[in-house]
Amino acid sequence: MADTANPGKPPAGPETTGHEWDGIREYNNPLPRWWLYGLYATIVWSFGYWVLYPAWPLVSGYTSGLLGYSQRATVLDEVEAVRRERDARGQAQLASATVAEIRADPALLRLALATGKAAFGDNCAACHGTSATGRIGYPNLQDDDWLWGGTPEAIEQTIRFGARSGHGEAHLGDMPAFGRDGVLKRQELEAVATYVLSLSGMPGVAGASVEKGAEVFAGNCAACHGEAAKGNPEMGAPNLTDPIWLYGSAPDQVVATVTNGRKGMMPAWEGRLDPATIKSLAVFVHGLGGGK
Amino acid sequence: MAATPTSKYMTEGEVGLGLALLVGAFLCALASARAVDAPFSVHMAVFALAAVAGIAAILKRYEERPAEAAPQQIDGKPNYNLGPVKFTVIAAMAWGIAGFLVGCTIAFQLWAPSLNLGLEYTTFGRLRPLHTSAVIFAFGGNVLIGTSMYVVQRTCRARLAGDLAPWFVVLGYNLFIVIAGTGYLMGVTQSKEYAEPEWYADLWLTIVWVAYLLVFLGTLWKRKEPHIFVANWFYLAFIVTIAMLHIVNNLAMPVSFLGSKSYPMFAGVQDALIQWWYGHNAVGFFLTAGFLAIMYYFVPKRAERPIYSYRLSIIHFWALIFMYIWAGPHHLHYTALPDWAQTLGMTFSIMLWMPSWGGMINGLMTLSGAWDKLRTDPVLRFMVVSLAFYGMATFEGPLMAIKAVNGLSHYTDWTIGHVHSGALGWVAYVSFGAIYCLVPWLWNRRELYSLKLVEWHFWVSTLGIVLYITSMWVAGIMQGLMWRAYNALGFLEYSFVETVEAMQPYYLVRALGGVLFLIGALIMAYNLAMTIAGKTAVEREPEATPTAEPALVPAE
Repeated sequence: MADTANPGKPPAGPETTGHEWDGIREYNNPLPRWWLYGLYATIVWSFGYWVLYPAWPLVSGYTSGLLGYSQRATVLDEVEAVRRERDARGQAQLASATVAEIRADPALLRLALATGKAAFGDNCAACHGTSATGRIGYPNLQDDDWLWGGTPEAIEQTIRFGARSGHGEAHLGDMPAFGRDGVLKRQELEAVATYVLSLSGMPGVAGASVEKGAEVFAGNCAACHGEAAKGNPEMGAPNLTDPIWLYGSAPDQVVATVTNGRKGMMPAWEGRLDPATIKSLAVFVHGLGGGK
Repeated sequence: MAATPTSKYMTEGEVGLGLALLVGAFLCALASARAVDAPFSVHMAVFALAAVAGIAAILKRYEERPAEAAPQQIDGKPNYNLGPVKFTVIAAMAWGIAGFLVGCTIAFQLWAPSLNLGLEYTTFGRLRPLHTSAVIFAFGGNVLIGTSMYVVQRTCRARLAGDLAPWFVVLGYNLFIVIAGTGYLMGVTQSKEYAEPEWYADLWLTIVWVAYLLVFLGTLWKRKEPHIFVANWFYLAFIVTIAMLHIVNNLAMPVSFLGSKSYPMFAGVQDALIQWWYGHNAVGFFLTAGFLAIMYYFVPKRAERPIYSYRLSIIHFWALIFMYIWAGPHHLHYTALPDWAQTLGMTFSIMLWMPSWGGMINGLMTLSGAWDKLRTDPVLRFMVVSLAFYGMATFEGPLMAIKAVNGLSHYTDWTIGHVHSGALGWVAYVSFGAIYCLVPWLWNRRELYSLKLVEWHFWVSTLGIVLYITSMWVAGIMQGLMWRAYNALGFLEYSFVETVEAMQPYYLVRALGGVLFLIGALIMAYNLAMTIAGKTAVEREPEATPTAEPALVPAE
């Protein structure tokens, strides 16, 4: 058995086992001490752990361990502790107080804002954004422009029942599809878009007539948006005289809105969030800066 | 033909397999025509075509082969069967590059979700199992099957058992990969991580795997060496355990025998426990035991040094396979799994630490007296660095299995970083090392086309791995800390969306690390292709002796 892999060199370590496979031989070095003691240590540690904690299954039940540890009991204790802590801070009062009462009590207000911020991040931020600034189709909650009213009570109402959510008390009423449904012709659509854009000093469709648009507006839009186009929170009709445009202010975006209508959906949170959380959300959203 | 014409007959194997394929083709064509869903119809058509191709291959081979069966020995030397091994080497490289590419794609998708192109076929949910299966089962699986077929022959001094069987295993396994991968793209999945293929693909793999076991055992049975080499223990443990895991975790009832959907036999927490018993031992026996087998052959071979300790190899082998099988429940800490099962999963994971390190010690210490080779041989460097990553990942694993640590790390990208330090650093690197050794041996080339390119591959991909795992460590620990941060009033400090937002820069760094790893693999593929094409001699010293043997192939 020539050492073909290592010709001429005597093996540096102890004896090999004497076997050789395809030129590979094996030394028979003893187990490294630190390795063996490491193995023993982990085994001893495991035995200790088994004595202290639930470990081995029996015919019925299991060895429960000297510490009496139970994951389920631990988590129930922790949840109970948090509940007690929050109650001590007034969580129970939050559920029974009205929004106005919460806003009048600084301690309650602080708690409501914290509850609202946490709930907003997990439930509302996906659409309205983590800083509540919204995006196309999802209202900015930082400004003072409110489709369905910006008082704390109106905001609470919107959160509870939503808009076009299918809930019996949800806000209803959509922007009709004036173009798709054949109510207005292309020229009229462009004219009315140009007219409403002109109300906030914005450029409209090139060549479209503002006067013609005003006429179309009076005949078709004023019923909801008002003669002066200031909007109507009872119907969710936005103010068209400010530079805030939920679906975009480019002329083709406004034409698309009038042509195809809009019916954005806000879910109803009643039943999904408890009343204290909904109230807290209303207080939080109202306090973002634009509440009325 | 030889001067003494012997009449040529088909062997029993050729006739038997041919008939079985014929029946299979017919049944699959029938199933394809009557399928209740489109993916099943497509897959049965693929099976039928594969069976027809198999029949054609058998007939073609019969046409071309001599009348006698391939001899076991030629001039007293074993007549090794290397065709199937060559196939797996090429398949491994092809699947590897595909898998790395898909991995990069989904890494970029996490950074910018719109890169899923809005198509159902390219969503993260479908591409993610495509990536994991392509790298673990297609790349890793071909490396394991190929090297095992090579190593078992050479260390037993016996030709691979079976005539058609090795080809059946190799081609059948790759057919399984095709079925699994195309299934994911079409939305066929049983939603079990690392066991996504549906029932019919699982059945096919079972047949292939049993054939693989028989080929391996048959070769061991024929061995001319008195003892079984250590690598073969590890290969055998891998083959046997994977068979057991695969069958138990995939017990399922199809909704229709003509459709792709099935439901698992187990439900709820039992299903979860079986799944992670499977999942963790896929890591233990596929990605650890199997690749340790590669280490035990290729490291001493390349370093030209004896293995450090036979005693250590025995002790750590038995300790490893005994401990590993218990560790799965650490994937289910703080879930509905009973406390006692979590305890066992955690403590056995801790006890697994030293048995895992036994392989690293044996590999690294084998180099004692040959450390200087690391400066000159980048192939050996791949293997040594793989052992370092192996040691790191097998320390990190037990650490993360401790419940207190797991409470922070679980569900975060720390886990992803951990997996990739094992997958890129250990599994892929030891595979690259083995393939760089194998290609010149298999194709009878003096050496690789270019060691310089191996150097490039090594440094580019190492940089990629470092970017990958450091970004995922930072991101994962940050994510875990953000999830558990409370404010003074006892509310969560961050919403989930904010934690996702915070991950974005790290996702970009990770994706770039992945791209570097992919570039390294492309360099390797080019180097191997040039080696196979025989392009090395021009640059190197001229072949001095007419009887030049490949430098690294020892005497038979």
